[in-house]
Amino acid sequence: MNAFFSQEVPLSWYLLLSAILFSLGVVGFLIKRNLITVFMSIELMLNGVNLSFVTFAHQWHAVKGQIFVFFVMMVAAAEAAVGLAIIIAVFRARATLAVDRIDRMKL
Amino acid sequence: MHLILFIVFAGFCLAGAINLLLQSHPINSALSLIVVMVSLAVLYLLLGAEFLAAAQVIVYAGAIMVLFTFVIMLLNASREERTLGSRAALRVGFPAVVAILAIIATVILHTQGLGVARLSDGITSTEELSAVLFTKLLLPFEVTSVLILIAILGAVALAGHDERERTGGK
Repeated sequence: MNAFFSQEVPLSWYLLLSAILFSLGVVGFLIKRNLITVFMSIELMLNGVNLSFVTFAHQWHAVKGQIFVFFVMMVAAAEAAVGLAIIIAVFRARATLAVDRIDRMKL
Repeated sequence: MHLILFIVFAGFCLAGAINLLLQSHPINSALSLIVVMVSLAVLYLLLGAEFLAAAQVIVYAGAIMVLFTFVIMLLNASREERTLGSRAALRVGFPAVVAILAIIATVILHTQGLGVARLSDGITSTEELSAVLFTKLLLPFEVTSVLILIAILGAVALAGHDERERTGGK
């Protein structure tokens, strides 16, 4: 049992996980055809980057890395509020959420 | 223990992210994104970021995802139709994703001097975090609060009913 507690994880694994999450977010952004799901893929990318910030904060014992993640979270909250409001406005004007049909800037 | 926790929750994380891509109904994608965010909170805790783990659950998995599910239900979003997407995405996008992932993975795996994470590393307490946040970084913090205020106003202005619609375009 003591061997379990002494096990350690290389920080590069965390960084790899964050890179994979970011790439999955980009793939989702490219293949998804629903406006809301595209937006969720962006949130996934933000989360992947946040994980690498926390990992580097752990590596350098720096508090500022964690504070940066806090700021990213706050900006993501603001972005989600405004983005979803825009989605509601688009839906009201076009009555669809498929990105293929939302291809004109003018309402 | 750390290794087991990491493998389990990194697995949840990847499974949730892949499930987000595979599901065709937005509500299923939203629920798998919640799984990703909660398991990321556990990973933050493993890295000693206790405040961020709590904030991740409250802000991301709580507030933002409630907003997402609320909008999905409000707009009655149905199954998405699968199309091939644009040719630019097919020809440039996917090779670019693979290239970026390969480059980042190569750099990470060849980096010397990256440490290890243990359970006995100790955590960054909220006290330490707030001491820096409210002394050295007070101005960015206040600017963020103004940003949130503007976002609220913008959301209300964008999503709120247009007065002209009801009065007939006056």
